[in-house]
Amino acid sequence: MLPANSQRHAGRYAAFAHRLSGVLLAVFLPFHFLALGLAIEGEARLDSFLAWSDQPLVKIAEWGLVTLLSVHLLAGLRVLTLEFLPWRGPRKAWIAVGAIVAALTGILFFVSASA
Amino acid sequence: MQAAALLFLAQRASALVLAPLVLVHLGLAIYAIHGGLTAAEILGRTQGSAGWTLFYGLFVVAAAVHAPIGLRNVLREWLGLKGLGVNLVLVGFGAVLLLLGLRAVAAVTGI
Repeated sequence: MLPANSQRHAGRYAAFAHRLSGVLLAVFLPFHFLALGLAIEGEARLDSFLAWSDQPLVKIAEWGLVTLLSVHLLAGLRVLTLEFLPWRGPRKAWIAVGAIVAALTGILFFVSASA
Repeated sequence: MQAAALLFLAQRASALVLAPLVLVHLGLAIYAIHGGLTAAEILGRTQGSAGWTLFYGLFVVAAAVHAPIGLRNVLREWLGLKGLGVNLVLVGFGAVLLLLGLRAVAAVTGI
């Protein structure tokens, strides 16, 4: 059993990661919608954007966004679980498993994009 | 019901809607990026599809509710910003997300 303040620290990190990932995703979202909206101008217009996005820096940014989305999802599920379910299990384990799953999701995306 | 309680409920309800949608979106992103993205591949999947229109339409509406409320909490906690001005800017941000998002859904589904 971990000391209570260690649990609190982990919880604080999780809360910070939840908020930071949320802010970054909120900033990204309008640009994501604008990019997809290019399809209104036709398939060729969307294709030219996709061709532009096929460069290392953009791929790294995409990997970052997928990882951020995973972090936000898992941290959000943690909040919902703590608030609405009677679960009182090892909360720090949830945070560690969540961080690993988010990192693995990012790695899986990167591997799939590189193949 | 107080405004704060309503916002709390809207934030949690939209999160419950978003969670499974995000899970599918992440899976699809990992699958679709394999071998590179093309407009033909994306549009071939989405054009004329009532299912994807409903999926992404719901996604956009839930995100347009969820994101401004989350930003409102962060602005208050991190920067101490609150009040009518902040609320109006965030309502505007939610409206922009909704309009751009629904436009994107219409663009990729053709519906």
